[in-house]
Amino acid sequence: MSALAAVSPRRRRKDRAMRAVLGAGALVALAPLFLILGYLVHKGLGAWSWHFFASDPTGSFLGDPGGIRSALLGTVEIVAMAALLAIPAGIAVALYLSELGAGGRFAATLRYLLDVMTGVPSIVVGLFVYVTLVVGGGYAAWKGAVALAILMLPIVARSAEVVLGLVPQDLREAALALGAPRWRVVLRVVLPAAASGLVTGSLLAIARGAGETAPLLFTAGLVNGTTLDPTRAMSSLPLQIFSDVQQAQDRLQARAWGAALALVALILALNLIARLASRRSLPA
Amino acid sequence: ASGTLGALALARPPRERLADPAFRALLVALAAGVLVLLAWFLARLASESQPALSHEGVLGYAFGADWDPAHSRFGAWPLLLGTLASSAVALVIGVPVAVASALFAVELCPRRLRAALTILVDLLAAVPSVVYGLWGFLYLVPHLQGFQQFLADKLAFLPFVGGSVAGPSIFLAGVVLAIMILPIAAAIAREAIARVPADHREAALALGATRWEAIRIAVLPHARAGITGGAMLGLGRALGETIAVTLVIGNAAGVPHQLFDQGYSLAAVLANEFGEAANVPLHSSALFAAGLLLFVLTLVVNAAARAIVARSVPR
Repeated sequence: MSALAAVSPRRRRKDRAMRAVLGAGALVALAPLFLILGYLVHKGLGAWSWHFFASDPTGSFLGDPGGIRSALLGTVEIVAMAALLAIPAGIAVALYLSELGAGGRFAATLRYLLDVMTGVPSIVVGLFVYVTLVVGGGYAAWKGAVALAILMLPIVARSAEVVLGLVPQDLREAALALGAPRWRVVLRVVLPAAASGLVTGSLLAIARGAGETAPLLFTAGLVNGTTLDPTRAMSSLPLQIFSDVQQAQDRLQARAWGAALALVALILALNLIARLASRRSLPA
Repeated sequence: ASGTLGALALARPPRERLADPAFRALLVALAAGVLVLLAWFLARLASESQPALSHEGVLGYAFGADWDPAHSRFGAWPLLLGTLASSAVALVIGVPVAVASALFAVELCPRRLRAALTILVDLLAAVPSVVYGLWGFLYLVPHLQGFQQFLADKLAFLPFVGGSVAGPSIFLAGVVLAIMILPIAAAIAREAIARVPADHREAALALGATRWEAIRIAVLPHARAGITGGAMLGLGRALGETIAVTLVIGNAAGVPHQLFDQGYSLAAVLANEFGEAANVPLHSSALFAAGLLLFVLTLVVNAAARAIVARSVPR
């Protein structure tokens, strides 16, 4: 015990001070979350009402601005389409990486490119979809979905690869030894074993896609009325918020807060479900 | 033995024998699709930005000081400067906080608190950028006006600081970006710190080091590459962030003189001007060039970041 006392007071003071600094850093890191969510709930709940969810924006600057029905339904439909594109493709790429390519050079390149793709700014993805699909044809919901799918694909693929890697090799070998062809091993053994992990990764990718604004700016557009036709311009929550914030009109800004609260609630719910799904998955 | 295997393979119905190569081909094609997509991406952006780049010259475009679409002047320097400066502010503010919170989570706090801390910091990544923008624009801009002026006055001895504060500013964009890069920088720093072998830490402590000294001597040097890589991934994200920056940076196309001036960024100019520029070929081409510049910038930063992270975290 006397050896411990040998730490000089100066060193002990420094140790305490630095620990306090690190603790303060952790508090500072937590502060924005509470500030943002607190203010969001405070401002957003006030805007919520039946009318808010059940009516479309009226487009009038004065008077009743209307609600967010078209944006809410639009987000659900666009993100659902994006998920239908990105999740199967992403899981297929992950299957290639884990089942076929594994140690190969092409797989390594592919992995690297997927990481690079994760870093592409979302607005640049919007530009790309604009030049390839929108020019000459106009805005459409499915084009926005393609842009979101491009952003979601690498997230799905990388997380799926990790999950597929957790499936015990013994399972595959047992199935192969029984004479099953590769594709049947994958469909009947590997995918079911990894299912809950794949669900988690996919839900997180959907949550990411639902919050994206920039890629929808010049692909899906912003309209007032509700439409379910994927070949027409379709509103979405992030774009509705972006547009409303910039209007110097209290009622429009109030709608932006309400819509933001709805969007964050949606995304947090997806995150929560994803976490619950992963809890039941393979011991990681 | 090969005879037995051959017999097994032959025992399958012909449709299944064909299915395996087909399955393989399908997966290879999809995987190759990713590669083709990225190459096509770059090629399209490059060809679309050709008119503007030949109109201004590549260097004239990147370093020209006038961004004036009405007079067909497209110098992207103010945009580039705003992008780089706001991202730099984000790193200066965000990375120390991220590292401190990661060190606290892994080294100092009780295990139960650690899980909660991790989940809460990770949650920041789930907040969409438009919500950061909304909050920055309607809450931070008015509430931090006085604080920004205070900083600008007190830090006036630094270069590029001082003068009157506009409200929305490059600095404020940096603050919002700092919050946005916090989760990724913290997550990777946490991973790097957790991978420091316990032996190193224990050896330092056994030699009589205090906790802080153990962190400084044993933990930080070992985790430095991972921390750097995480910071650079954050940088990549900050450079490309669009909507939040558009709402708080001020969208002023002049060359900013100081950190608290209103500014512009490559991503913000795309969000603001692309819709109206679609019918003006040169203007839209100049915007594609901005997109290309942004793409290349983030590509380089991310590639470097991945390389650093990969080297520091041996599988």
